[in-house]
Amino acid sequence: MCDTCGCNITPGNAHIAARKNAHGDSAVEVLQGLLSENDRIAAHNRAHFDQHGVLAVNLMSSPGAGKTALLEATIDALKDEFSIAVIEGDLETENDAARVRAKGVPAIQITTGSACHLDAHMVHDALHHLPLAGLDIVFIENVGNLVCPASFELGSHRDITLLSVTEGDDKPAKYPVIFRAADLVLLTKTDLLAVLDDFDPQRAEQCVRALANPAPILRISARRGLGMEEWFKWLRGEVGQLKAQSSKFRVHQPEPAPVFRAPAGRP
Amino acid sequence: MHELAVCQGMLDQVTRIAAEHHATGVNRILLRIGALSGVEPELLHQAFPLASAGTVAADAELAIETAAIRVRCDTCGEETEALPNRLICGSCGDWHTRVVSGDEMMLMSVDLTT
Repeated sequence: MCDTCGCNITPGNAHIAARKNAHGDSAVEVLQGLLSENDRIAAHNRAHFDQHGVLAVNLMSSPGAGKTALLEATIDALKDEFSIAVIEGDLETENDAARVRAKGVPAIQITTGSACHLDAHMVHDALHHLPLAGLDIVFIENVGNLVCPASFELGSHRDITLLSVTEGDDKPAKYPVIFRAADLVLLTKTDLLAVLDDFDPQRAEQCVRALANPAPILRISARRGLGMEEWFKWLRGEVGQLKAQSSKFRVHQPEPAPVFRAPAGRP
Repeated sequence: MHELAVCQGMLDQVTRIAAEHHATGVNRILLRIGALSGVEPELLHQAFPLASAGTVAADAELAIETAAIRVRCDTCGEETEALPNRLICGSCGDWHTRVVSGDEMMLMSVDLTT
């Protein structure tokens, strides 16, 4: 909400802007985001994360860019340092949640059916199955798709877009909305650069900068363990920053009562 | 195609506004969509009859005005037009810019029958 674009005019006060025209019809000025209901739930999710000092990270990429492999390698390396949980989004199957659970951390699978993205409501439902109070990081692995996930706020603190080197270095120019939104871009599977002559990491970086995005761009290979320390460093920095903020805010504040409701069927 | 989901979200808002004004119908819905919003106006038009069927806005006209992309340069201060995948300053060529228009996805107004 701000006072410049008109988003402060809500359904609650829209009648103030209402006016009758000559035909007895009312024209109601709204000036509200089309996804304001989703955004409202996203803000609610963010409040849940903030209350518990949990860093929420939204991972977005095309299918097969290596989101789950990144999570597996990250959990292997950091599970003694941080308490981690994962929310998995896919159209079908529990495969990715099973891969994450095999690493010893809780994972909630959201199967979206035919929906091409996660939205704030789905994440909110999943949150009620996670013990947020004991966690440091929640990774939200979005549906593999470089288009739709970019339009839906989830309430995450940071959005990461992965680009595997097998996809082509001009992907940020082809899918500008999702790469513009990224707080961090991870070039994945970089061990394959040796056998690919058509992916130039610098060109990929130029495409991201052409979107006026100053996000750091890290080159990693989760499978071969390349560049992972830089990624862990980024993650530690983000967790540290959030903990510092939330301890400042939580002084003299009682823990808010958790809002639980009956599980919806899925584990 | 997430335009159907976007359309359903928009219709939830419209339905709520109509109820608050005790409207019997909705004549017209005006949206403003930027080229960087991630939503295609044409696909919204296609999704609208599916999403609005059975709602108070079933007979409404969906009007969409598009918003051109404009960026303001942090370096030289100029405001220029830009392309979705080329948000650099049209004046000095620097990429340190801010989008001032073109990423909006707004419900501007609804005309109600009361």
